[in-house]
Amino acid sequence: MSGLEQLYQQIILEHSKQRTGEGLIEAEGKRAASNHQYNPTCGDEINLRVILKDQEEVIESISWEGNGCSISMAAASVLSEMAPGMTTQEFQALVDDFREMLRSRGTVEPDEEVLGDAAAFAGVSRFVARVKCAMLSWVAAEEAAKEASA
Amino acid sequence: MAIEYRTSPGAPLTNDLVRELRKDFPILDRTVNGNALTYLDTGATSQNPLQVLDAEREYYLGANSAVHRGAHTLAVDATDAFEDARRTVAGFINAAETELVWTSNATEALNLLTYSFANASQGIGGHDAARFALGEGDEIVTTEQEHHANIIPWQILAERTGATLRYIPVTDEGLIDYEAAQTIVSDRTRVLTFTHVSNVAGSVTDVEMLVSLARKVGAITVLDACQSVPHMPVDVKKLGVDFAAFSAHKMLAPTGIGALYGRNELLEAMPPFLTGGSMITKVTMNEAQWMPAPIKFEAGTQRVSQAVAWAAAVRYLDHLGMDQVHAWEAHLGQLLAEGIAEIPGIRLIGPAAGQPRAGLAAFHVEGVHPHDVGQLLDEKGIAVRVGHHCAQPLHRALGLTASTRASAYIYNTTEDIERFVDQLSTVRAYFGY
Repeated sequence: MSGLEQLYQQIILEHSKQRTGEGLIEAEGKRAASNHQYNPTCGDEINLRVILKDQEEVIESISWEGNGCSISMAAASVLSEMAPGMTTQEFQALVDDFREMLRSRGTVEPDEEVLGDAAAFAGVSRFVARVKCAMLSWVAAEEAAKEASA
Repeated sequence: MAIEYRTSPGAPLTNDLVRELRKDFPILDRTVNGNALTYLDTGATSQNPLQVLDAEREYYLGANSAVHRGAHTLAVDATDAFEDARRTVAGFINAAETELVWTSNATEALNLLTYSFANASQGIGGHDAARFALGEGDEIVTTEQEHHANIIPWQILAERTGATLRYIPVTDEGLIDYEAAQTIVSDRTRVLTFTHVSNVAGSVTDVEMLVSLARKVGAITVLDACQSVPHMPVDVKKLGVDFAAFSAHKMLAPTGIGALYGRNELLEAMPPFLTGGSMITKVTMNEAQWMPAPIKFEAGTQRVSQAVAWAAAVRYLDHLGMDQVHAWEAHLGQLLAEGIAEIPGIRLIGPAAGQPRAGLAAFHVEGVHPHDVGQLLDEKGIAVRVGHHCAQPLHRALGLTASTRASAYIYNTTEDIERFVDQLSTVRAYFGY
């Protein structure tokens, strides 16, 4: 696989166009928090909302609206598909694994059992300038999940 | 040291001549992702020829010392080199040597102006400086087309003085709306500041028209000449502007140095911005007297080697002839605009193909983010700029958050443009459009 094919895996290209979670879900009366992240170098931004279930520390939904490159849009979509049903602890562990993989400059082999579709972003870690793109929505979700369960 | 050039002075630029020139730029021979580098990001920063790098090295090898002080021979040689550089760079825009202030970059040049105006507004500089004092009811006018460097300093100045900052809007193509300019510039306008060549639209501003508007109301004119001085003959006297800012690294010279041009009379009257060593005549515990301009504005140790290198870059460009540089870049700019405009699903920003433009073109690829466009081009060794190009208000007016920009210079051939256009035409398909 060329470097470019590693970066733009089919899963990423598909998620960047067929996006899960796009469009903010109404959160009135729910345990929810929103977070806004902005990448000043390219102007990419995302507004993301995490809604928790009523009585449990479990993510009910992640929804978002944003503007950005294929990597950032696909990362938000994959995140929104994977997170619902996870406990906030499980979710934090997933974010930690995702971050470790992205910061590894290609040295961490992704565990697909754990990372699922998010493993497709392993190739992004070789493109240092694009790591921020993949992390944008994940950082927003990490912050929002913490706030919602606080 | 006698400087050698590969081409005869003032020869028209052609692909063959450019191929000769490229031998002066070893960096252009490197590969990127296994492909020959196609450098189309001069709008952000230019590459340096050997003649410029050698001049800087020669200075350090033979004359390096503190300028404007010390009586030893090296100090004299260094001061001569420094002041010769000032004459050379000033002469390039037809300014007197006393009219050129060294700064760190063009951004600092514009900040020098706005902070000096702010000082004048607080009474510093006395009666002479009152012409620069701003307050409630005064208006500063800029345009929606500007680089952030020609927006934010004025925002801060307005906030500090109570003056109002107003904008001349852009048209749907991102061009200055001259009709609107006529109503926005009024008796309240004290400063009119605008870019000479837009770093995004690639359009050349009608300076004559805006200067005449400003003169009618007695406003000070400021020109952001960053994208014009490196690429076309610029004569500040003929343009009639009061101040102009430009920078070395966009014209074959190193980073770290820029310049502010100001008419003699204005620089003499204007209070300083940065203060400290070198810029004074007499200092007591309570006050200081300033040197005449331009030294008044050059506090602290100066960028001597960069000034020397910049002068070498100016001589390199003078040798090529700015008319020839301009003609070649206008040609490359047209090829860029035509090539981009012909690709379905791509919107060219700025003047339409066939209309006058500088040697740069920014565009929007429908459905594909500029970062992704830049990534695909980089894979083929083609370096372009992606993002908002420090012009967020302009992008917002165009309904975009970012764009992609290709910008050419004297070391680009028409084949560079063709290679770029060929690759660009594959981008939408790659992302499934």
